Formats: sequence, C-alpha cells, structure tokens
Amino acid sequence: MPARCSRLFQYALAAALILFAAAAIDPALAAPFGFSRGSGAPEIGGFTGWILHEQAQFYRMLSGAIRAAKADGSAAWTLMGISFVYGVFHAAGPGHGKAVISSYLVANDETWRRGIVLSFASAIVQAFTAIAIVGIAAVLLGATAKVMGNTVRIIEMVSYALIVLIGLRLLWVKGRAFLHLLRPRAQNHEHDHAHAHAHHHHGHAHDHHHHDHGHGHAHHGHDHADEAHAWGHAHAPEPSELGGRHWFRRGLAAIVAVGLRPCSGAIIVLVFALAQGLFWIGVASTFVMGLGTAITVAAVATLAVSARSFAGRWAKAKPGAGLIVLRGLETAAAGLIIVFGIALLTGYMMSEQMGFF
Amino acid sequence: MIRTALIVTLGLAFAAPALAHPHVWVTMHTELEYAPDGSITGVHHDWAFDDMFSAFATQGIESKTKGAFTREELAPLAKVNVESLKEYDYFTYVTADGVKAPLTDPAPGYWLDYTNQILTLHFTLPLKTPVKAKLLTIDIYDPTIFVDFEWAKTKPARVVNFPHGCKLDVVLPREMTYAEGKALSEIPADAQNTTMAIGAEFANKILVNCP
Repeated sequence: MPARCSRLFQYALAAALILFAAAAIDPALAAPFGFSRGSGAPEIGGFTGWILHEQAQFYRMLSGAIRAAKADGSAAWTLMGISFVYGVFHAAGPGHGKAVISSYLVANDETWRRGIVLSFASAIVQAFTAIAIVGIAAVLLGATAKVMGNTVRIIEMVSYALIVLIGLRLLWVKGRAFLHLLRPRAQNHEHDHAHAHAHHHHGHAHDHHHHDHGHGHAHHGHDHADEAHAWGHAHAPEPSELGGRHWFRRGLAAIVAVGLRPCSGAIIVLVFALAQGLFWIGVASTFVMGLGTAITVAAVATLAVSARSFAGRWAKAKPGAGLIVLRGLETAAAGLIIVFGIALLTGYMMSEQMGFF
Repeated sequence: MIRTALIVTLGLAFAAPALAHPHVWVTMHTELEYAPDGSITGVHHDWAFDDMFSAFATQGIESKTKGAFTREELAPLAKVNVESLKEYDYFTYVTADGVKAPLTDPAPGYWLDYTNQILTLHFTLPLKTPVKAKLLTIDIYDPTIFVDFEWAKTKPARVVNFPHGCKLDVVLPREMTYAEGKALSEIPADAQNTTMAIGAEFANKILVNCP
C-alpha cells in the first residue's frame, strides 16, 4: 500500500510540476485578474515585486539611454546592455509565450534543444513584428499611437486565435491517443498478437499500447527498436505523428502564433527612438531585447521539458498505467494551450496594454 | 527534500499576482475644489506623462511647428485619452466617511499641453453630488500597475475654498520593493502635515480631516 501511494504521489507531483512549468510561471494565469476598486492598490511583495521593480527600472532607463546615444554614439552600447537586461526581466512577467510554448513542448514531448530553438525563433518574430508595426505605421504612414494600438489589437486577435487552433489540433491527436489507451485490454491484446513480438510476457500484467493505426505502420519498425528497449516488456510505439523529423515546420505555427503579438514596451521604445531621430538604434535595441526575452522563455521551456521527462521516467517504471498518465498529461497540456488562447482572446488573461487610446 | 522544494515552488508560483510593469509614469498635481458650504465639488488633476509616453502619444500628430504642439492640435488626442481613461474610472477613487463618492466624466475644457517634450493632461472630475465629510479620502492609482503615479515634488496638492478647520494630508505610497526608507526622504518640505503610509496600501492618497 505505501508503495502505491508513493507512486501516485509521484504522478501527482509530476502533473503538478508540468502544470507549474507550463502555466504557473506565467503570473497572468496564476491569479484571477480582478482587484476590488477603491480598496487601495495591490501589495506586491517578495520575488515578483522585485522582478516588477527591476523591469520598471530598466524600462525607464531606456529613454535616458536613447537620449545619451543621441548625444554620444558610444552610449549606444549602454543602451544595448540595458535593452538586454530589460528583455530578460520583462519576459518573466505575463506574456511572451512562456505558457504557450511550454505547454506545446510538453504536449509534443519535444527535446529541450528544440525548446530553445522554438523560444528564440518566437522572440525574433516578436522583435520583427514590433519593428514592422512601427516601421510601417509610424515611419511610412505617419500613423498615430491610436492607429498603432488598433493594429496591435487586430494582430493580437489573430495570434490568440492561432493559439487556440494549435491547441485544438494537439488536443485532437493527443486526446485520441489517450482514449485509445483507456480502451479495454482484451482489444489491445488481440491486436498486438498480430504483430508477433517475441518479448511478450504473459506472466505479469501487460498493458499494450495502441499506436494510431493510420500512422503506426510506416514508423513501426523504427519506433519499436527504440521503444522496446526503453519501455522494457511493454512495447510502446509513440503516436508518431508529432515526433520525429518535421518538428520545426510543425513548431512554426506555435512560433508565429506567439511571435505575432509584439511587446508593447518595444513599440513605445521604437517610437521614442524614432522621435529622437534614432530609429535604427531603436531597431537594434529591439532585437537585443528579443534576445533577452528569448533566454528567459527558453529557461522556462527547458523547465517544462525536464518536468515532462521527469514524468516520463516515472511513467516508464510502471508501463501501461504510467503511459496512460503520461498521455493524459500531454492531453492536459494541449487543453491548457486552448485555455490560454481563449483566456487571451477574452481578455481574462492580461496581455500588455499600450496606453490610453 | 526534492518533493518539499517542488511543492514550495508550486505554491509560490500560484501565489504570484497577475501584473505587468508600468509603461507610463505620471507625475501629478491635484487640486481639490470646495463650495462655500464646505462640501467638495470636484477633483482637478494635472498629470505630466513621462518622456517616452509623451513621444509615443504625440506620434503622427500634425503640428505647424515641428516638435511643438498647440492646445488645439492636441485637442483630439486629449479627447481620446480622456475617453479611454473613463474605462479605468480615471484612476481616482473618492471615499467620504467610508462611503464611496462617485465621480462624473470630466468637465469640458480639459486640455493637453506639450512643454519640454512632456505631455501634461489637465482635467477636472466633478463629484456626482458634492459631499461633506469628516474624513475624505482620495486614492489615485492604477490597480493594473500599467500606470505608475507619483506626487510632484513641490506642492503636490492644493485646495480651493478650503473649509475652515480642515486639515489636508498628502500620503506617499510605500515603494513596491524593500526600499522603504527612500520614501521618507521624499516628503516635500512645504506640504501641509504630510504623513507616511504605513500598512499594505500603495495608493497615492489625499486625506482631508474636518471637524
């Protein structure tokens, strides 16, 4: 009895850890957005308060650094330094795709290296979007802040809708795999006999996992070679639709969905630089900011990936039930992406404002 | 050991509030307007925005002289700003003896001025019904922390037709970090009866105590 409790506890902890990595670090989801008006401004203490304070400090320094760069070209380096640090702190706050990318990585069981690539790619896209908005709207069209704000709002909607779509697709695939595992064992048993695998052991309880019929056979040989070894007695071909070679192409949807929504701070800084006649320095600053946010997002993503592989290892210790839990977690992660997308669309989850326009 | 660490981290993570950092800094002057009968009729604000936001807000606005904007040229922007501030209750909350005193939309005649690359919004918020109170509290803050309000260094609060015997206090918020001592040094020398904010409240406040 104690051993089983301990294992259940481990599963629960693994689930909690994945949830944490995927959702909790993005503070926007952690607490409902609702302050009782008139009761005084909220108290922000501790670590979060410190992060917010540092963000604000570095952000305020940006305008001074831009002015300094106007007077003295070499001050541009200081500006880059401040932009970088601002990016790192800023991504710790709400937004910048930490939650979506982390959930995506967990749902897809991507490696941490790929997680880092996806994080950096989305940060670069965000930088490009901010520069494009200011470059086209402000520089070419002489648009006002109101117009830029409206543009961002439209782009936001597209981005959030994309996130929901990605989540839906993942939920479909992962959910199906999960439901397959939950089917009665007799069915599974029958089917796997047809594959005639030598290392069938009837002695202990074996739960054979289905692979999606549509996709299983092409990758069958490859997966079995790896999985038979990894999973011990049970052979567990992964639903191969989302593993393997074309990860970047698939990840592109996630990159674009997250990257479309630019950082409001970057837009304001770019416009300020433009006003000072230093647009190109503003562009450089935006990219450096993106580098900073990429690092933070990649760190969170890596945490999510390690949480998932943590859970994966525990699941391997108990084949069958373990894999069910794992697929359940992946399905949950896919569901989380949908929740984030909807929360962002409805404004429940706060993304950045751009001022009073 | 690891389990405890994980649980603690999880707890901390879920305890984190949902906030972005300020993108707009406002230095404010406030004027309280009283009627001869001793009731407060309106709150007048002069909000000076920071240089980055000032540049952002004036982006794309036509002006006869480059880099300078007249009141007329800024009038449409002022209208847009005031109308979008409505959604946030103009960040001003008035309580009279513990009862919320509602404010109405700004009186016409609000305006923006642009001096030394700083945009300042001047507007008056009338009280729906003028109110007389023993303790009047005016909170000015943004609960989403998108805007950071701070009192101007000199004469942050003024009064017009101040009733006899009443006392005005300008309360400074505690800083959001560990630097509590800093606020002490920021008490303006010429403010009347300035007191420190003690406790969990961060709002910039004006307190008026009347007999």
